[in-house]
Amino acid sequence: MQTIISPLLVSHRLSLAPPVPRLLNNYHHRAPTSIRLSSHRSTNSLRLFSSTVAAAAAAAAASRDSEMATEDVQDPRIAKIASSIRVIPDFPKPGIMFQDITTLLLDTEAFKDTIALFVERYKDKDISVVAGVEARGFIFGPPIALAIGAKFVPMRKPKKLPGKVISEEYSLEYGTDKIEMHVGAVEPGERAIIIDDLIATGGTLAAAIRLLERVGVKIVECACVIELPELKGKDKLGETPLFVLVSSA
Amino acid sequence: MFAVENGLQGDPRLKAISDAIRVIPHFPKTGIMFQDITTLLLDPVAFKHVVDIFVDRYKHMNISLVAGVEARGFIFGPPIALAIGAKFVPLRKPGKLPGRVISEEYELEYGSDRLEMSVEAVKSDERALIIDDLVATGGTLSASINLLERAGAEVVECACVVGLPKFKGQCKLKGKPLYVLVEPREYDELTLYN
Repeated sequence: MQTIISPLLVSHRLSLAPPVPRLLNNYHHRAPTSIRLSSHRSTNSLRLFSSTVAAAAAAAAASRDSEMATEDVQDPRIAKIASSIRVIPDFPKPGIMFQDITTLLLDTEAFKDTIALFVERYKDKDISVVAGVEARGFIFGPPIALAIGAKFVPMRKPKKLPGKVISEEYSLEYGTDKIEMHVGAVEPGERAIIIDDLIATGGTLAAAIRLLERVGVKIVECACVIELPELKGKDKLGETPLFVLVSSA
Repeated sequence: MFAVENGLQGDPRLKAISDAIRVIPHFPKTGIMFQDITTLLLDPVAFKHVVDIFVDRYKHMNISLVAGVEARGFIFGPPIALAIGAKFVPLRKPGKLPGRVISEEYELEYGSDRLEMSVEAVKSDERALIIDDLVATGGTLSASINLLERAGAEVVECACVVGLPKFKGQCKLKGKPLYVLVEPREYDELTLYN
């Protein structure tokens, strides 16, 4: 899948970034860059690389191999978004470095930019459904849906949605969980994106994909603010592409 | 106070919003006519009406913080916060928020529950708006008001899409005004889909 920078993004970069060579205007197929965050987020350890992952798994692996080699001009919005995310060690349990987006939500510019980046990407892609995974997907999904004129479909933990639902089970580290969606919320043939704040193992997003595909919806892309690439969540998404703003190692 | 009592009498957007809400009888238990706002979210025009009405009301009130109650408050709060340039603060079930939190207990019909907020989310002298999809007993909103006040914020108003008729007029929650768009719908078999 091609990655196109919208004219808006290009002009934004030109107006806000430090002076750049004219050559960059010709880089049409360039994803928004992201910042690789170290666990302590020290600025010395930041690396810049392209964050977009292509459609097929092989292409994804290849692009990831080349991500490290590609140095791109940093989109100023991405840097601010990345630095607004707080890392909390040992939450919810020892050994986990928790990526806390609540600090992003306190930064009005960073939150606005996050939504703008997704809206720019999806507004001309004929998306009629934005599905958001409970609960942090409920924060990012609706503003995107409203901006692109799509419906918002909440995908919820069991027994929260009233009326008739369909559900999909997925694996946790220990045991399983379920994700549910209303029957009739979406129609066959609709084009959807699925939003969550973060992709880790990819289990939840994979279940969300299965749920929507069962009712005949085409998932154009999964979109997250943050990816934890070492957990290889992308591999669980099959043919569905993944788009993230920030990759955190 | 309801929107119709405060300048929006006859506004066709309110009817569109009300019509877009689905009633599920006897959920989560017998006797409760559940006001399901998910059908409103499937109607981009009606959903936008909700946000527009709230934004028009709050954009000149100097609101610096919009707090949304988990989970349906997470759906309505952020679009309002973004439009009025306020930060969004999630009020969550216990154990979900990392870092330092304060928590407030509130009564349920049987038993109690807790709501938590990050202490770092609120600076002093903030003017806050609290959002949820629906107000019934007011227990959750009262707990939310307590959390924000304990952190030093001034709660300007609580806002909900749906509210019981008892919240008409000057009815306040813990001394704070309440703003509601529509009353609960009656159950009507014809409006059910599936």
